[in-house]
Amino acid sequence: MGFFWTIVVLVVALAVAWRYLGAYMVAVYEGRVHFFGFLERPIYRALGTSPEKEQNWKRYGASMIIFTGVSLLVTYALLRIQGHIGLFNPQHLSAVPSPLAFNTDISFITNTNWQNYGGETTMSYFSQIGALTVQQFMSAAVGMAVAVALIRGFARKESATIGNFWVDAVRGALYVLLPIAFVAGLIFVGQGAVQTLAGPAHIHDALNGVAQTIALGPVGFMEAIKQLGTNGGGFFNANSAHPFENPTGLTNLLSIVLLLCIPFAFTYVFGKMVGSLRQGIAVLVAMVALFGVWVGFTAYAEHQPNPAVAAAGQVHQPTGNTTGKEVRFGDTSSALFGVSSTMTSTGSADAAYDSFNPMGGFGLLTGMMLGEVSPGGVGSGMYTILLFAIIAVFIGGLMIGRTPEYLGKKIQAREVKLAGLGVLVMPIVVLVLTAIAVSTAAGRAGPLNAGPHGFSEILYAMTSQGNNNGSAFGGLTGDTNFYNIVGSIAMLLGRFAIMIPVLALAGALAAKNVVPHSLGTFKTDNTMFIGLLLGVIIIVGGLTFFPALALGPIVEQLSKGHFYGTGLIGPFISHLTAGRLF
Amino acid sequence: MATADSGEAPRDDAAVALDENGARQGTQPAVQARGVAEQRGLFDPQILRGALVGAFKKFDPRVQIKNPVMFVVLVGSIITLIESIAHPGIFDWSITVWLFLTVIFANFAEAMAEGRGKAQADTLRKMRSETEARRLRPDGTEEMVAAAELLKGDLVVCEANDIIPSDGEITEGVASVDESAITGESAPVIRESGGDRSAVTGGTKVLSDRIVVRITAERGQTFLDRMIRLVEGANRQKTPNEIALTILLAVLTIVFIPVVVALQPFGTYAGATVSVVILVSLLVCLIPTTIGALLSAIGIAGMDRLVQRNVLAMSGRAVEAAGDVQTLLLDKTGTITLGNRMASDFFPVGGHTEMEVADAAQLSSLADETPEGRSIVVLAKERFGIRERELTSPHSFVPFSATTRMSGLDVDGRQIRKGAAEAVKTWSSEQGGATPADLAEIVDRVARAGSTPLVVADGPEVLGVIELKDVVKAGIQEKFAEMRAMGIRTVMITGDNPLTAAAIAQEAGVDDYLAEATPETKMELIRSEQEGGKLVAMTGDGTNDAPALAQADVGVAMNTGTMAAKEAGNMVDLDSNPTKLIDVVEIGKQLLITRGSLTTFSIANDVAKYFAIIPALFIIAYPQLHSLNIMHLHSAQSAVLSAVIFNALVIVALIPLALRGVKFRATSAAAILRRNVLIYGVGGIIAPFIFIKLIDMILTALGAY
Repeated sequence: MGFFWTIVVLVVALAVAWRYLGAYMVAVYEGRVHFFGFLERPIYRALGTSPEKEQNWKRYGASMIIFTGVSLLVTYALLRIQGHIGLFNPQHLSAVPSPLAFNTDISFITNTNWQNYGGETTMSYFSQIGALTVQQFMSAAVGMAVAVALIRGFARKESATIGNFWVDAVRGALYVLLPIAFVAGLIFVGQGAVQTLAGPAHIHDALNGVAQTIALGPVGFMEAIKQLGTNGGGFFNANSAHPFENPTGLTNLLSIVLLLCIPFAFTYVFGKMVGSLRQGIAVLVAMVALFGVWVGFTAYAEHQPNPAVAAAGQVHQPTGNTTGKEVRFGDTSSALFGVSSTMTSTGSADAAYDSFNPMGGFGLLTGMMLGEVSPGGVGSGMYTILLFAIIAVFIGGLMIGRTPEYLGKKIQAREVKLAGLGVLVMPIVVLVLTAIAVSTAAGRAGPLNAGPHGFSEILYAMTSQGNNNGSAFGGLTGDTNFYNIVGSIAMLLGRFAIMIPVLALAGALAAKNVVPHSLGTFKTDNTMFIGLLLGVIIIVGGLTFFPALALGPIVEQLSKGHFYGTGLIGPFISHLTAGRLF
Repeated sequence: MATADSGEAPRDDAAVALDENGARQGTQPAVQARGVAEQRGLFDPQILRGALVGAFKKFDPRVQIKNPVMFVVLVGSIITLIESIAHPGIFDWSITVWLFLTVIFANFAEAMAEGRGKAQADTLRKMRSETEARRLRPDGTEEMVAAAELLKGDLVVCEANDIIPSDGEITEGVASVDESAITGESAPVIRESGGDRSAVTGGTKVLSDRIVVRITAERGQTFLDRMIRLVEGANRQKTPNEIALTILLAVLTIVFIPVVVALQPFGTYAGATVSVVILVSLLVCLIPTTIGALLSAIGIAGMDRLVQRNVLAMSGRAVEAAGDVQTLLLDKTGTITLGNRMASDFFPVGGHTEMEVADAAQLSSLADETPEGRSIVVLAKERFGIRERELTSPHSFVPFSATTRMSGLDVDGRQIRKGAAEAVKTWSSEQGGATPADLAEIVDRVARAGSTPLVVADGPEVLGVIELKDVVKAGIQEKFAEMRAMGIRTVMITGDNPLTAAAIAQEAGVDDYLAEATPETKMELIRSEQEGGKLVAMTGDGTNDAPALAQADVGVAMNTGTMAAKEAGNMVDLDSNPTKLIDVVEIGKQLLITRGSLTTFSIANDVAKYFAIIPALFIIAYPQLHSLNIMHLHSAQSAVLSAVIFNALVIVALIPLALRGVKFRATSAAAILRRNVLIYGVGGIIAPFIFIKLIDMILTALGAY
């Protein structure tokens, strides 16, 4: 299937998901879906709560922290004692070393799925299922709950409460994630993804006289939630490039659909719950615009010749940059997968991102640097873009001569403070930790390459963890005490230092009265607002990361003398930049 | 009053009418401005001198810390100063000087805005002469005391040419008072004991008659004292929106600190030595210095623009709220209509002639001193040449009362009455007369046209109907259309019956009306609007307006009103012109727009500055980054210096805009936004590319680099 038809199918599938999955999610979070009531009710009873017991933002946040804390301890314990649990450990793998277990634990509870380990050689099947896959469900459900809480903040009027965390998390996992992941898992297995607890296969190649061990495991169903929950942590080290994880072109496309469907559908949830679908569509358009441009840019970059291969004499490369790509997927499709994965905080990979052309890597890196909002992770994309929207509304609203309001909620000092805080955290975490990494011996020991590419490798690792993406640029030796600890800090701050202000914001907004709409109101459902929102996202992301990018992928690309040798943009930029030297 | 800055929106210079208070309604361009709103040019030399001194005085760190953006610049300039001393060089020194200039320019902008208020306060202080007061002893004798010694509750006597020593309430007598010292309005106003016109203001002058005033203000708390403090900005506090914006600017400052600081280790990793001076320059260029420098000036200037139009806002919060107002409650009289109803026609009924109606109407109105009564006499004269006559035979006037709802004259055995249709009809049938068949239809027609029908009867005989017409101000309809485009709902408040109110509401083009309004229904309306989340603005003058004025988000009290009203509202209009409520809303909006636009401009500027500084910063480690030097700046040093100079000069260049406010057009939110995004957003991206290049060319031409 050509790239064009891939896009067409993707658009149709996502449009259907947006409309129907979106409507279904609204029903779930409004408590109108009950088919797992027999499971749901006992859970609430055990937790001593019920859907009627609404929480204010502080209790909501505290419940979220308690849940995460318990997850953290349980996951850590399971990874540390995997050797002693006599179950599902055919390879007899022993305990995961403590710094690595700590990093992996935080990585999975924060929905990051940064992997400083090779799955098939480190984790027992029990750990893969009981520790990691469970968190792939629960961390996704937590992200979605926080987004729903923020949406309720906008939708409610003079309300002290924003929902019940336990109920939202349980419903998200039970009614949204579980059924879809189950069906998708069946497709993965049907297409040839392995699903077994029997342990690796041992093959004796009589012809060549060598014995081979083929890693197997419960892969297919984990694969479904890996993508659906924008987790990204695969069973195998090679992630979605591995034929047992991602066996066919169909599963490749299905992966992309799965990782985009919930984040995009959240705009429908937003529109419906605030009572105006147009509001949701405006946010959707902003997300799609960014996503489309990034896919186009990165696919274009990957369709260009690999400069290193060209320097080695192979100038003519009609299939683009194929270095580090699965031949089954090729240049543009790998770029599409890469952008989908980095822009959704998933971080799965069906190609080696380290081998992308400098500008292709730039596309992936900047896709994360924009704050994971287009469409971002499940739930996290929605609440993060709403933070940007509040800032856009504040500046834009002033320009029409009113103290700003968004969906009738006055945006005042408290809201600006919380939105500002939420937006500040990620760039500060990424830049400060990158600065620490490049100035310490332990940090400098990490990257494989020297110069700008080595810098890109460190910057990418911090960006990926600070944004809870989890994709690896590769080339960086991550399983060191330094990177395990620094990465854990990045992931924790990147998740909770944003979630807490978001919940506080939800509480502040819910308590407000709604200013009625009039002709003098700043409209947030038209092209102008979309433009402003995009402007704020790009300017905040661009201004904060431009210097770092200049020292990484930009200078790397410029070292080849020009942006692109051929194509439409190349001559234009060359013309623009053909200035004198200083 | 005179027009202030040219940046003002057009004002409704409606005709002047005298209302029953004897106060002037409407504005009169011919009247020379005095009082607070003394006109000064934007760059009055006296203010400029004061501002220059103020710019240096504000270097106090305690002042600077209040503005996080400029505080960072100040710290940065101290760092470059230390660097310059450690490694002297022309480049480092140039940067240091320009960074200090950036701080000075910001201080200067604020001092300029404050200076205008201070100059006005000085003018007021000069007027506050040390007056002698004639205090009444309890036994009724007078003693002379200094006005400063007056206590609340003292009684003082004022006669012609006396200056009223302090704020008070007339307990006895009536006098015409020259209030021009406060309002700039030269026409005297009538003040009398009892009712809504009993308040007098310290510093105003009695022109005739004798009054006894009970002092209501403590010394130092008089209206004049408060006014001086207000225009001076002595108690100025940051408004809610200003606080929110300051937080956003702080966020945009904080985020750039790690961006710039991280460049040092990034540079080291790349094998480049990064100049601290250039890093500080980059930081200063990236943080929103333009809006940070001008923010407080914009707020002060907004208050000042109100003062220029003779409106005193008790807080900046009120000015901000004015921009948010969604419902305007406008008194019909004086705001929408010219003031009073005027007789416009006589309609005979039951076979009588128009002449007969006019004659009886004139007779019944001879003693009627209300403007309506006088207009009947005038109309009778104009139409039928009926002159005012001296009544020689014995006669008695029947005054209007709320119970009879009519007035008239008994003369030569005739009982002539005019009044409300129902009342006169009932009265004449009691006299044994029959109601003419065509009366009801005519009364109804007149009422439906928005006019007031008065029925005239001579004993049992009903003669006809006088039409009293409300004259809607010229141009008011367009004004309301603009309001509608801005999303503001206008509600007319009137004591008229619903029928009349509906007709006038339609003619004036207001969105809604409240007929037969009482203070209670008015209050109820405000409450119901506010419950729906709307912000409400209103004007009022009477004591019974005070609760509503206090309840409204923007309550503009008329200066002619009672002290209670003035204290309840959060603005006082010295001209007592209710139409000005519309101006107040526009000034509030203009204030917010100016803030938003300059914030956008400030952030948009960053793009060009990056392209100037980043290639310069790493030019030695990575010469290939010169491709990013798309402005083709001459050298690394000239590039950085040009960006810093642009950053400083743009503050000075925008001071007039900050003081005058961004041009405001009354149109839809979408149109305003489009215009401002284009000018300040897109323009903000493009402008610095041009000017940084220009500055670079000048520096190069001067041979500096």
